[in-house]
Amino acid sequence: MKRANLCRFVLACCALGISTPGIAGSGKLLATPGVSQVEGSAGGGIVPWAQLAGYASEEQWSLGGFCSRASVDDYRLDVCGIQANLFDRVELSYAEQSFAVPALNTDIEQSVSGVKVRLYGDIVYSTWPQLSLGMQHKSLKDDAVAALLGAEDDSGTDIYLAASKLHLGALGGFNTFWNITARHTEANQLGLLGYGGQQGSERIYLEASTAIFLSQNLALGYEYREKPDNLGLGEQQWQDVFVAWFINKQINITAAWLDLGSIAGQSDQTGWYVSVTGYF
Amino acid sequence: MVKKLTRNASRVLYGLILLLASVGLSGCQSASQPTLYQQIGGEAGLESLVDLFIDQIGRDKVILPYFAKANVSHFRQGFITHLCDTLDGPCDYQGDSMVQIHTGMQITEADFNRVVELLINAMTEAGIAHTTQNQILARLAPLRGEVIKI
Repeated sequence: MKRANLCRFVLACCALGISTPGIAGSGKLLATPGVSQVEGSAGGGIVPWAQLAGYASEEQWSLGGFCSRASVDDYRLDVCGIQANLFDRVELSYAEQSFAVPALNTDIEQSVSGVKVRLYGDIVYSTWPQLSLGMQHKSLKDDAVAALLGAEDDSGTDIYLAASKLHLGALGGFNTFWNITARHTEANQLGLLGYGGQQGSERIYLEASTAIFLSQNLALGYEYREKPDNLGLGEQQWQDVFVAWFINKQINITAAWLDLGSIAGQSDQTGWYVSVTGYF
Repeated sequence: MVKKLTRNASRVLYGLILLLASVGLSGCQSASQPTLYQQIGGEAGLESLVDLFIDQIGRDKVILPYFAKANVSHFRQGFITHLCDTLDGPCDYQGDSMVQIHTGMQITEADFNRVVELLINAMTEAGIAHTTQNQILARLAPLRGEVIKI
């Protein structure tokens, strides 16, 4: 599917979701599934969390879609994706990314297929954090830029383990959330610049998020994502500060300030992020 | 580069540890703080909250059937005493255990959360502060295992 078509499809799904609430499961508490991250999994904006996308509880299913835009000094990333939640056990996702590089007058396109399995727990109720194991298979449409920069492959598979917990009334009575994700990856800048490289070393990278709920609908948070520097271009960690507004169980909107560090030799890439997710 | 990444990673870990520590510590209340029972207005506040909650249940097509055979005034008095006890009020709940009450009802995860939402609605209608609502839910959440799927 062309990205523009996927985007239209997702927006149509969101509209359908808003106009016909209640088709699918809504058995989770408001805001507990989180939002959608740039590779299509439920999470924050840049980190996949242990929660599965959508409000389905263990006897329900749900479908969702999202579109996000990240705009920094020299680049822009557009993503749209769809997500399915099967009985709060398995999350399936598919996303298409388009990374605009105005300096080269080119768009780098990539698709991401994801699966996440909940291994244990519930972020609200279980004694220990909710734990999930996930995989994201990413594939570039065209590896010209990746090859030019010295990447070894045009596709790769990330595997991650995520732990999440919401503490009710924990900090001054406010609900407090945290997530830690350990990811094995060879991806350069999400894979948009290919996979592996001369400086590559196999290891696990740390990602983390934390948020405080100012009300039932509004969360304020911070995310961190450690990244490899396989290409020797000085790839750095990503960080963001976000506000997520959970209007209802059908739709949420996230805005963030991004600090993506150096991307392909262009340093200090900061900017804005906006994302909309709808479930039906 | 590696050093910088490691430093940043450890900074994040340190922050998370601090957060977790404060989450743990906030469980210890100082003696001067009013109890949750006092914060919701004592006996009168509790009774009006439970009445608003019963109104919410009465209007909910999904949850009302669970109460088809229930005696409302028995439920009202039992819930008031149970909540009073749970929220550190001057009560000692001696009624049936949560397991005894809910056995055979086969309450699903989704319906349990729906009841939580009805209680949140009732607390909001009663004018209970968001932060107090969260602390009340934190007291009730551990009971879920004695309520659902039995």
